[in-house]
Amino acid sequence: MAARGAPGHHVPGTMTTASWGIVASLIAGALLFIVIAAKAQDAPMAAHAWLFTLAFVAGALAIGQRHFNALERGPAASEEVHYNDAVVKAGVIATLFWGIAGFLVGVVIASQLAFPALNFDTSFINFGRLRPLHTSAVIFAFGGNALIATSFYVVQRTSRARLAGDIAPWFVFWGYQLFIVVAATGYLMGVTQSKEYAEPEWYADIWLTIVWVVYLLVFLATLARRREPHIYVANWFYLAFIVTIAMLHIGNNLAIPETWTSSKSYALFPGVQDALIQWWYGHNAVGFFLTAGFLGMMYYFIPKRAERPVYSYRLSIIHFWSLIFLYIWAGPHHLHFTALPDWAQTLGMTFSIMLWMPSWGGMINGLMTLSGAWDKLRTDPVIRMLVVSVAFYGMSTFEGPVMSIKAVNSLSHYTDWTVGHVHSGALGWVGFVSFGAIYCLVPWLWKRERLYSMALVSWHFWIATLGIVLYITSMWVSGILQGLMWRAYDAQGFLEYSFVETVEAMHPFYVIRALGGVLFLTGALIMVYNCWMTAKGRVRESEPLQVPSRAAAQPAE
Amino acid sequence: MKKKFSHATIEKSPMLLLLLTLIVVAIGGLVEIVPTFLIKSTIEDVKGVRPYSPLELAGRNIYIREGCYACHSKMIRSLRSEVERYGHYSLAAESKYDHPFQWGSKRTGPDLARVGGKYSDEWHRLHMADPRSVVPESVMPGYPFLETTPLNYRNIDGALRALSIAGVPYDAEAIGNAKADLEAQATPFADTDDLMQRYPKAVARDFDGNPAMISELDALIAYLQMLGTLVDFNAYETTDFKQ
Repeated sequence: MAARGAPGHHVPGTMTTASWGIVASLIAGALLFIVIAAKAQDAPMAAHAWLFTLAFVAGALAIGQRHFNALERGPAASEEVHYNDAVVKAGVIATLFWGIAGFLVGVVIASQLAFPALNFDTSFINFGRLRPLHTSAVIFAFGGNALIATSFYVVQRTSRARLAGDIAPWFVFWGYQLFIVVAATGYLMGVTQSKEYAEPEWYADIWLTIVWVVYLLVFLATLARRREPHIYVANWFYLAFIVTIAMLHIGNNLAIPETWTSSKSYALFPGVQDALIQWWYGHNAVGFFLTAGFLGMMYYFIPKRAERPVYSYRLSIIHFWSLIFLYIWAGPHHLHFTALPDWAQTLGMTFSIMLWMPSWGGMINGLMTLSGAWDKLRTDPVIRMLVVSVAFYGMSTFEGPVMSIKAVNSLSHYTDWTVGHVHSGALGWVGFVSFGAIYCLVPWLWKRERLYSMALVSWHFWIATLGIVLYITSMWVSGILQGLMWRAYDAQGFLEYSFVETVEAMHPFYVIRALGGVLFLTGALIMVYNCWMTAKGRVRESEPLQVPSRAAAQPAE
Repeated sequence: MKKKFSHATIEKSPMLLLLLTLIVVAIGGLVEIVPTFLIKSTIEDVKGVRPYSPLELAGRNIYIREGCYACHSKMIRSLRSEVERYGHYSLAAESKYDHPFQWGSKRTGPDLARVGGKYSDEWHRLHMADPRSVVPESVMPGYPFLETTPLNYRNIDGALRALSIAGVPYDAEAIGNAKADLEAQATPFADTDDLMQRYPKAVARDFDGNPAMISELDALIAYLQMLGTLVDFNAYETTDFKQ
């Protein structure tokens, strides 16, 4: 990938053997997709084949353009000592963009459940097609870009080494955006495997696999060239996230396409096994994408922002290994009282309960890092956001084990309680820790003294927190209410409520939930404005400059 | 004295860290997933379960395309209130030809595992066109376009072939006759002897009220009307199945 073995007089950014190889692969890929477009069995496949063709040609042209730009610029003074921050900047922008898109679609589908006329009787934007668009946009587009951007930033700083590869990090960035666009447009056209959080079809899955392997290689190679003796704890979590997601993605997406020119495929495994593999994947998308990856974020940005060392080195070792070991077993708790064998259900429940401990180990390590700096909760709204994210993490990782208990699950399963639980983790933990990291990164990357406005961070924090509270409390009430209504018996021993009566009872809570979503989205829009102004170099006049300035680039260890 | 193990060893080698991580995360999945392929009682042998007919399969693909699984489960749990509301709890065998499974995870709408035969074709037609015309409180989207869109089944044999690779027992004859079987099932007064022999209990009729065209709605209703109808639970005692 990289200009590794390049001769000493090589101008960085100009063509090497490796970059010629990449250009050749892109052109070959473009030709392959032209053939697929011509022979496509269905309209979505044709559209996607053209999309791939265009993207590959654009990629090849961009590499050429880069070569000439580099020649013009001439040899830079020892490129080696500089961190690759350009790709991180791009990642931050993509995170903000997809975040707004994902939250907006969330508000739309929440409103559709409250007011079904908003489906407009169409195919493209009905709830069934927008729902995976929302989940993928927030998890993979917003969360994924946040993870890739922060991991690229953190691994460089904590290794005191430039990101490995020359074109490779950009390939990861743009390849991942291409995957997102293919997945998202696919959902709107009805292209889906129907496996939750793994809806993209076989060709998008293959593309993501390629991108992900390059991501892993870039990350590993950067660790390998580190100038620090130890690999910093944040990188353990990022690495576990990257490699485990690769394993899960490949395992869960094994499928047989109708033909190689069709967008439709059939899962390799049937019924029970498919369900178990899906939730082995599904729960660990939570465990490794939404937990391990974001713990990596926590382990860098909280100590850095608080200017305190991580609370306990030992605790981080114990909770790292126990967390990644136990998480994988928890999947069957999504299948209680189903046709999955009972032993597997019990095993899933048992490990889910045990999982509470390492989860709280992480929470304690994050929160206690503030020892001696608790006053910053008052003075620094960014720290407040980061700390509250860890508090939400603690809350939802307590709620999760409770809901995995079969007796509780018999009530909560299939209801909005699950939806509320997911969102306390997604909005509270994943959202807030990402926002906190972005608020740290934007002034650092754009070399600004501080954010445009700390007051706006406070506004974002409170508006979004109010939104989350509305969201999860309304879903607790609607979920438990509906669960109880489904199992209510009247005096004669008949089921008391018809199904549709329980649907009707949900209406007020669906309205409150949509309102909560609007508040969360509003907060995020304030953040985008704040980041935009910061990047432009503006400082809000009414606020004096008195924020922790950027410390020297040193590992937080 | 031997040097005690230090975690620092792992912290200094990216490849060792990677390898150990991979081993640690592989264990749980292997222990839980592999036995379900090996233990025979995972899927009990139940009479009546058969692969989907081509028309039902096409309908199932539309069900998947529109994301119906996001709001409808197809898995009746072994709880009294569910069995009384929806019928006999779902058996593993009933989804043994499902690639992918469609158990769902959320009931914004009711479970559909045994919806087959519960409503008339006409009800389904009205319900798909405008759900609130038959269920005023419903929050389901309307799907009026299904009725007017011709079903694309030119590659239905490819679908059966792909499924046969995944292990569904479609033989060469079933694959070769996939198109004919699909048309026979959706056309009134067609010759359905072969279809019935290959897919026992298949219901052949015009489902969407428009015999002139095989629409996406034909396929979807054909699929919905067969859900949960294959196993004759009167032929079994409750004690025959494990919960």
